[in-house]
Amino acid sequence: MILSMKTKSFFLFAAALLMIGTGCANVKPWQREHLADYTMQPDRDPLGIAQKEHIWFSREEASGGSGVGGGGCGCN
Amino acid sequence: MNTSPLKKSLLAALLAGSFFTANAALKVGDTLPDLATYKLEGKLPESLKGKIVIVDFWASWCLPCAESFPVLDELQKKYGDKLVVIGVNVDEKASNMDKFLKKHPVSFTLVRDAGQKLVDTVSPETMPTSFILDGEGKVRFLHSGFHGEKTQKEYVSEIESLLK
Repeated sequence: MILSMKTKSFFLFAAALLMIGTGCANVKPWQREHLADYTMQPDRDPLGIAQKEHIWFSREEASGGSGVGGGGCGCN
Repeated sequence: MNTSPLKKSLLAALLAGSFFTANAALKVGDTLPDLATYKLEGKLPESLKGKIVIVDFWASWCLPCAESFPVLDELQKKYGDKLVVIGVNVDEKASNMDKFLKKHPVSFTLVRDAGQKLVDTVSPETMPTSFILDGEGKVRFLHSGFHGEKTQKEYVSEIESLLK
């Protein structure tokens, strides 16, 4: 069977879509045990964070914007 | 656009796949499935008929769950036989649940959904989620998360409204 260029590109697109689609995992609210673990927290080293923020402030004359609200277990 | 049947069926399969991954969550007005059919670890009360029931889904790693426990325990003590509080633990490891319960001991009924089958059916939006059921087992109120005094007041007024 000889496939046209259009059909080939369609199948390539569909394959890419399938790969992207199946590569995403939907973590349900009751499966966030590992995300809620202490080791998953980006700010678990307060001294290191303070040092980095101090350097950032000294260089850029700006502070903040280094984190996002929420995270962890995503409760409430 | 002229699309061949093969392309149409492939697109249909992709669309169907995206729809079937969604789980229907339990909502107000629905009837809670029979808990006895889910092989939950722990002892369930013999009969819930005619009683107000709070089914609370919780996990040891969830901080608001810890805050909600004394409140639920107080409600159980306050309303006695008229209310049954059932805490459904969804932890992967029973040891995590045991550690949590040592820190936060309670007197209400506790069961563990070890296979996460019940929680998968109920599909709560967040942890903790509690469902307040009437005497017929129908969900009358739903609480997503625990927001301290606000949720506590809501619990009391909702229970009182069901007792009338």
